[in-house]
Amino acid sequence: MAEVTNNSGAKKLHEPLFHITRKSAVPFWKASLIRAIAIFAALVACGIVSLILIGKNPFYIYKTMFDGAFSTKRKFWIFIRNAALLLGYSLAIVPAFKMKFWNLGADGQVLMGGLATVACMLFLGGKMPDAAVIAIMLVASIAASVIWAVLPAIFKAFFKTNESLFTLMMNYIAMGLVTYFINRVVKGGSGVLNPIGYANLPDIGGAQFAGRKFLLTIIIFAVITAFMFIYLKYTKHGYEISVVGESENTARYIGIGVKKVIIRTLILSGVICGIIGFVLVGGIDHTIRSDISAGRGFTAILIAWIAKFNPIFMVLMSLFVAFLEVGSGQVNTVFQLDNSAFSSIIVGIIYLFIIGCDFFINYRILLSAKARETLSKIGGIFKKKQTREEPEETVGEETVLEESDKTEDGKTESEITENDFETAAEKEDDRI
Amino acid sequence: MMFFVFLTSAISMGVTFLYGCVGEIITEKSGHLNLGIPGIMCVGGFGGCLGVSIYMQSLSSPDNANWFLLIIISMFFSVLFSAMFGALYCFLTVTLRANQNVTGLAITTFGVGFTNYFVKNINMANFTKASALISYSPLKGKLGEFGDIFVSHGFFIYFAIVIAIVAALVLNKTRVGLNLRAVGENPATADAAGISVTKYRYIATIIGSMIAGLGGLFYIMDRLGGHWEYVLDIMGWLAIALVIFTLWKPIISIFGSILFGGLYIAGSYITGLSIHQKELFGLLPYVITVIVLIITSVLDSKENQPPAALGLNYFREDR
Repeated sequence: MAEVTNNSGAKKLHEPLFHITRKSAVPFWKASLIRAIAIFAALVACGIVSLILIGKNPFYIYKTMFDGAFSTKRKFWIFIRNAALLLGYSLAIVPAFKMKFWNLGADGQVLMGGLATVACMLFLGGKMPDAAVIAIMLVASIAASVIWAVLPAIFKAFFKTNESLFTLMMNYIAMGLVTYFINRVVKGGSGVLNPIGYANLPDIGGAQFAGRKFLLTIIIFAVITAFMFIYLKYTKHGYEISVVGESENTARYIGIGVKKVIIRTLILSGVICGIIGFVLVGGIDHTIRSDISAGRGFTAILIAWIAKFNPIFMVLMSLFVAFLEVGSGQVNTVFQLDNSAFSSIIVGIIYLFIIGCDFFINYRILLSAKARETLSKIGGIFKKKQTREEPEETVGEETVLEESDKTEDGKTESEITENDFETAAEKEDDRI
Repeated sequence: MMFFVFLTSAISMGVTFLYGCVGEIITEKSGHLNLGIPGIMCVGGFGGCLGVSIYMQSLSSPDNANWFLLIIISMFFSVLFSAMFGALYCFLTVTLRANQNVTGLAITTFGVGFTNYFVKNINMANFTKASALISYSPLKGKLGEFGDIFVSHGFFIYFAIVIAIVAALVLNKTRVGLNLRAVGENPATADAAGISVTKYRYIATIIGSMIAGLGGLFYIMDRLGGHWEYVLDIMGWLAIALVIFTLWKPIISIFGSILFGGLYIAGSYITGLSIHQKELFGLLPYVITVIVLIITSVLDSKENQPPAALGLNYFREDR
């Protein structure tokens, strides 16, 4: 064999500088603090990046971002509406993700819903009362989305077909169908369908109310959020989803029909995507483009993942991401960047930081005796901290190192590292 | 003959997918589903353009450009940038054990944004000349239209095929390939056998990213003749589709890429189609991929499955 990391034999004992173990339960406040630090670090990094790219004081850029979301009433409502839309997408995918069904196809599912909606508006609008058309739109949109969502689910349930690749392909098929539809119905080949005047969702509130065009969307997704929170947390279905996600074998053992759960959950995803498509086309754009979804399906995955599939945190995360998007949009306009890519860079950097910080929540780094010695030589302060029993205070990279002094069962860490990971394995055996 | 011209064009189109596909196959064989490939292809295309720009600017006259230097420099920058993004993906997924799907999508978001932002700053003067040099073939047109199918292409097309063949040989015939497949099938067993899972995953993913990045370089500098277009991420998704279509086999991917390339351009070669019918032709690669995905999972034969540990991070203490 190539490099042998095994310690047995008469060879010189090879001791790695550090090794990594999984933390047991991490208190909620600690996990939140680590995330907050990561977001702060990400904002600092973004500030540096914007400084390099735009050459302006980063605080001025942050202020511009705030202006993008809060400077006028209209901007504020758009910001909240965008957050609600993002939240809708994350709510649509979250039950599937919770059972480890990687649905990357929310974009496609919404597009199909939107396509059904726009078809109803185009062909029925004006021929029937608007209320009837809207009802048909909703039903058609949900039906189309459900078909798009449930196809991969059926094949996953019965044949274990890889769902992430399946749903990904379905996105592009949906996009193609939308472009096909537009080219079919729009004469002249401009490829742009003008907004349709019939069967638009109503505004809420009087003409004085700045949020009249946005409030309905926000209410719809607020209701869905409440529903999803209860569904995932307090219903039998929600429980079954989390069991299937944890272990399919356990689920089968306690008598949960895994196939049924997969298909049922994806139908639910499809229903929510259908509602999004309905709102997006009927309430906001009144037309359809193949990029109407604007990649929110992927953004939603990041939101749901970072929020640990908890609908309440997803609300906060959606607000945060929507803030970044409208904020960097404002930066584009103010600094005349003529390029929407700036926001992708900012959002991308923040994602990477938040994704990376999970490591510090779930794992701890154990330094080997030798490495700790060297470290304590470098800084005498570090050694003082080591002797302390319970290192509290700030949580950051430093504390992660400090915490490593004690392992779960109170052994000092050098005992473990000396015997390397074999002892750790033995320990685990003992426990069983 | 029309068909020969079509086939020649299909090959050159397909090579874009071939680069991405072979890169992703190597990555997936190590157990990593790198959904960052579309972003990495963008970044690779950007790096290639940067290299070409730097080289062309350094010359007193664009006519003095040297074929060999141009290819080496553009490749170097392309590979440099895509390797950086591949390494970032590896750091997050292998070292920090972040979820692969989520990390991949974030890398794609970041890579596409990065590319779209910076590509505007590249001085693209003389890119047409550079492109003509990169896609230069001494035998073009000398062997007739039939001969052109094989000999009319630039360096990067033959290079892609060589990479695919080498990848197939390494994966199936060498100890390194065996180890890599072991890491992708069952990392715990591989680890117990003394194979460094971390090392294999890092190297495979970074090499895979480098290869995929060359696809971006090829598409912009050869296929499009040096004009930037914001389509590289779509090429990346098609390349990932091609991985499934070719059942994780680099040799099949050579032919699969020609088929995909053909389907991609078929709409514009069939006369008498309306715009919307062309659009339906553009869907065929995706539809065929879905069908292949379904067929392989229904047949459930052992050879044609994705690596068993695909998408799962390995942590030694998890059992």
